[in-house]
Amino acid sequence: MKRKSGLVVAGLVAAFPAAAQGAVSAEYKWLTFLVFGVIIALTMFVTYLAARRVKSTAQFYAAGRSVTGIQNGWAIAGDYLSAASFLGIAGLISLYGYDGFMYSVGWLVAYITVLLVIAEPCRNIGKYTLGDILAFRNDPKTAKTLAAVSTITVSIFYLTAQMVGGGVLVKTLIGIDYEVSVVAVGVLMLAYVVFGGMVATTWVQIIKAVLLVSASLLLVFFTWMPYGFSLPGFLQAAVDNPGIQAQVAKLLGDPATAMSAQELGQRFLEPGLYLKNPIDQISLGLALVFGTAGMPHILMRFFTVPTAKDARTSVLWAMGIIGGFYVLTLFLGLGAAMNVGSATISGIDAGGNMAAPLLAQYIGGGADSILGNLFLAFVAAVAFATIVAVVAGLVLASASAMSHDLWVGVIKGAKATQAQEVRAARISSVIVGVIAIVIGILAKGQNVAHLVALAFAVAASSNLPAVLLTLYWKRCNTRGIALGMIVGAASAIGLVLVSPNMTYPNAVRTTNEPIVAARTTSIDAANAEMLADPARRAEIEARVVKLTAERAAAQAKIDAVAGQTRSLVGLEAPLIGLKNPGILSIPLGFLCVIFGSLLMREKRSEDMWEELYVRQNTGLHAEAASAH
Amino acid sequence: MSNTDWAHIHAHPKFKELHRRKSRFLWTLMAISVAYYFLLPVGAGYFPELFKQKLWGPMNFGLVFAFSEFLVAWGIAAIYARHANRNFDALAAELQKQFEGSTP
Repeated sequence: MKRKSGLVVAGLVAAFPAAAQGAVSAEYKWLTFLVFGVIIALTMFVTYLAARRVKSTAQFYAAGRSVTGIQNGWAIAGDYLSAASFLGIAGLISLYGYDGFMYSVGWLVAYITVLLVIAEPCRNIGKYTLGDILAFRNDPKTAKTLAAVSTITVSIFYLTAQMVGGGVLVKTLIGIDYEVSVVAVGVLMLAYVVFGGMVATTWVQIIKAVLLVSASLLLVFFTWMPYGFSLPGFLQAAVDNPGIQAQVAKLLGDPATAMSAQELGQRFLEPGLYLKNPIDQISLGLALVFGTAGMPHILMRFFTVPTAKDARTSVLWAMGIIGGFYVLTLFLGLGAAMNVGSATISGIDAGGNMAAPLLAQYIGGGADSILGNLFLAFVAAVAFATIVAVVAGLVLASASAMSHDLWVGVIKGAKATQAQEVRAARISSVIVGVIAIVIGILAKGQNVAHLVALAFAVAASSNLPAVLLTLYWKRCNTRGIALGMIVGAASAIGLVLVSPNMTYPNAVRTTNEPIVAARTTSIDAANAEMLADPARRAEIEARVVKLTAERAAAQAKIDAVAGQTRSLVGLEAPLIGLKNPGILSIPLGFLCVIFGSLLMREKRSEDMWEELYVRQNTGLHAEAASAH
Repeated sequence: MSNTDWAHIHAHPKFKELHRRKSRFLWTLMAISVAYYFLLPVGAGYFPELFKQKLWGPMNFGLVFAFSEFLVAWGIAAIYARHANRNFDALAAELQKQFEGSTP
């Protein structure tokens, strides 16, 4: 198997003359479409069954509260494991080793907060939305307006990242035009949400999670098998791998020259190749650990189960699936680095997103084999299903905020019939879906990866302080949550706007101009070499093609900021060094809720305290499962 | 909306017991889990030599510690769910039985 890998890598490079063709070669595209077709047909059938059931608001928003704990656990995993987790983390591990694995831990620990302080109370006192929880003790119209604005803001950030990432991904995998794939994701997702509401969304998420876990198990089985399923054996193979050693040498630069091959390989299993700033890491960790519990599309999943015990069971299952999946990701990432090679992976996509799909193709037998292409097609289809399922959850959460909180709660003063509200929810879904498609197309080519982290930071700084203190602190009131939510969200967004995440034209030039100059020198040298030694023409030409592509990429970055000197908010350089705002904005959000609440006493919020606290702990008078 | 006497239940000894036992248990677990999680980025960032220490072939302390994060997270979740299913649910059910009658 080892000896074959060199050949396969050469084959892969030959198969991708330009990434524009897509990873799946033209003769095997029918396979991808076949797998896509089967998955779409299955989810559409489920939607058809669901659509006949969805008549009431409880069905549309909460699947009639009749989802079991285990089903909800799978659905939470399906809602949460985005393409960024599936492809992104495997990619990070394949390029940077240990740091990629460390990055995945926070996404799991986040569910402890969800389990301990959010899941059961939300199930016991909640109805359909974040707004319902905040409106329990606080002024309903203010609370619902704030919750709706916050839900839509957080969801749009997350949606944009998903739509843009999804469009790029489908293009890289199968070569379909970016715009076409954005529209396809949008239309498919709308079909699930509009016709099948939460019932269909839940099943689409379950199907996607099962597919994702099976695909990963299959890949890990074949990746790990040659090492007799021994962990030290597998890790030792990674340390001994020349490709991994070369990748570490490239990342470390000069200090690498003093290191032996074994030391370089071992370095891949040690921290510090990707994550350089510990404070930024802690800040991101805070946003994940407190933000997940404030994510409207995650909160919403707890309204779908019949009892608090089922809410607990669903988090346990979700944690088992999500954590198990991240452990598998370590094998996927290292396996891809060993078998496909870090250089090949980053050559096709700088972020490493193609690591898992390329590993699938390798395991099946490579780019020329039918099995290899079937595996690749399967992974590509799973990635597509992943994007659609996550986007459906987000659109449903925003549409519910729009129809249930804003339209019924604020505009209609809670007076609307079930039929009217379900209709409003469907119209809202279409509005949000169209917004998502339009933003997805407008944001083409933008770097939106940091929007995921921003969505979590806003949820952690705005939603979580408001929900947590409403649930657990008697003095919390409308003024407090208003101040906290506004300041928390504004500070998280504001800090990112002045952070190094934004594009600073001067910095882009200082980084890329030397690259252009260096590549030009190398190209000239290579051309001279070619004249001197015509026998090596083919080899040198290949090098020139690569160098020219690198020069063009750097030049494109310079051209994109031509004539500009300032960032979006008019800065020449970032004001802060921090990329993740959580460490500042989360405490600020909490402090503002506390400060605002202490400013003045509010009778209703204190009068309602005993009812809220008893209900959230006992489940007395909780919304029951609807009969059907 | 309902004529349940919430203040009465809130002051009831059984509810007070539920509240006391639940909050102590819950916030202790929460504190342990958050503290244990942040040992990972802090350790990797400020004690890299410790994380590089080889323990078992190529397995170093950092990898073992990262794996332990999964086990601790799953462990805490399992302990909480077991405890809640056994003790808190029973207390909540007693309260429900006692006061459900007061529904309008």
